[in-house]
Amino acid sequence: MQEISQAIAAAAALVGSGDSKLVAIMLLSLRVSLCAVLLSALIGLPLGAALAIGRFAGRQTLTVILNAFMGLPPVVVGLFVYLMLSRAGPLGQFGLLFTPTAMVIAQVVLITPIIAALARQIVADAWQDYAEQLKSLGAGFTQSVRTLIWDTRFSLLTVLLAGFGRAVAEVGAVMIVGGNIDGVTRVMTTAIALETSRGDLPLALALGLILIALVLLLNTCAHLIRQTAQRRYG
Amino acid sequence: MAEPRRLLPLEISELSFRINGRTLIDRVSLTIRPGTRTVILGPNGAGKSVLMRLAHGLLDPSAGRIRWNVPEPRPREQAMVFQRPVMLRRSARANIEYALKLAGVPGRERADRAAAALARVGLERIARSPARVLSGGEQQRLALARAWALDPQVMFLDEPTASLDPGAAREVEDIIQAIHETGTKIVMSTHNLGQARRLADDILYLQAGRIEESATAAEFFRQPRTAHATAFIQGELPWH
Repeated sequence: MQEISQAIAAAAALVGSGDSKLVAIMLLSLRVSLCAVLLSALIGLPLGAALAIGRFAGRQTLTVILNAFMGLPPVVVGLFVYLMLSRAGPLGQFGLLFTPTAMVIAQVVLITPIIAALARQIVADAWQDYAEQLKSLGAGFTQSVRTLIWDTRFSLLTVLLAGFGRAVAEVGAVMIVGGNIDGVTRVMTTAIALETSRGDLPLALALGLILIALVLLLNTCAHLIRQTAQRRYG
Repeated sequence: MAEPRRLLPLEISELSFRINGRTLIDRVSLTIRPGTRTVILGPNGAGKSVLMRLAHGLLDPSAGRIRWNVPEPRPREQAMVFQRPVMLRRSARANIEYALKLAGVPGRERADRAAAALARVGLERIARSPARVLSGGEQQRLALARAWALDPQVMFLDEPTASLDPGAAREVEDIIQAIHETGTKIVMSTHNLGQARRLADDILYLQAGRIEESATAAEFFRQPRTAHATAFIQGELPWH
């Protein structure tokens, strides 16, 4: 018990001191996951909205696949991306394995289905209300997709935050494709896994505390944004 | 400027609409001519909304024909206002500008036309307010302004006052009258006899998906020809 409380005290001191190694790891985590969310949003939001609005063959199948892929195990995604990026793989020539770019790719694969599936649900609900009015005004498919994404923007923002939370807290995929190389691809989760196994509990705990604080902060933001938007825009 | 192509008359012949084994519109034939205010009257569930959605192009008929005087009217030429207005999550003025944009109105004209449209329905003061937090009556007036801004030749109104309190309903009726006076053909559904008396020039009496009577309002209210219409008028009269 005493060991734990000592570790917590040390962790708090580490966070308070702004340790440069700690900060570097944290910033890399943020950079990788923000890039991943941005790319996933560009793919996932239009995809989800198109699935909600469109009436095309294979739509149901795609929706089921998307929902199933929400629960993809990160290590499997990591393995898949590893195979793609490894020297012998189809994308091996780009030499991306064990770089932050590889981690971004893995996280994009992981969270795009989440963002698309949640966006699909939100847009589909709104579409129930909007469909006749937009058709009456002469909006085609692309215009309707754009309008619905913009009109559900506050709900979609919380979807993106959920995606970010998943990406930044994930360890399996980035461990495999990033390799947890000190100063290059070591992020908060992989550092926690490593330091714990090495017995450096203060650093692991400090990172853990930061991660928890970050996720809490995100969810608070999501909550406040929705509430304010609901009051102001209806 | 070229003479705008004339949409009317609208010829509907042997029009039917069936869904899930139920016939909602049953071999309806009618002609909509310009100039007058046509009110589609009938009890709830008679098929008034479905008939207007078919004419407006929101639903595809199961059988029969809908023929405008021109092929494929554009949305800006014939607009529709719904019982429950759907406002986009943006300002009142932006809602109108959105409709103008879809109708192909050039960007530099949109702001002025939207402002003018708001002024016509007395909403210029809330131009910048988010549309979805307006009251029900204000939202319906905004919906009318949005449709009116397109300067349509025909405007379909589906029970436009059914969800409003009497004061707001009266304001909406005044706007409908003003739209009529600018030359836009009004085709409106209602189950409210008082409203039909106030606004109708022509009555189409719809019951169970069939047009039972087509008459001028004066004729219809003086001497309905069918038992259904007579009962409808008498049943409703004590409360209006």
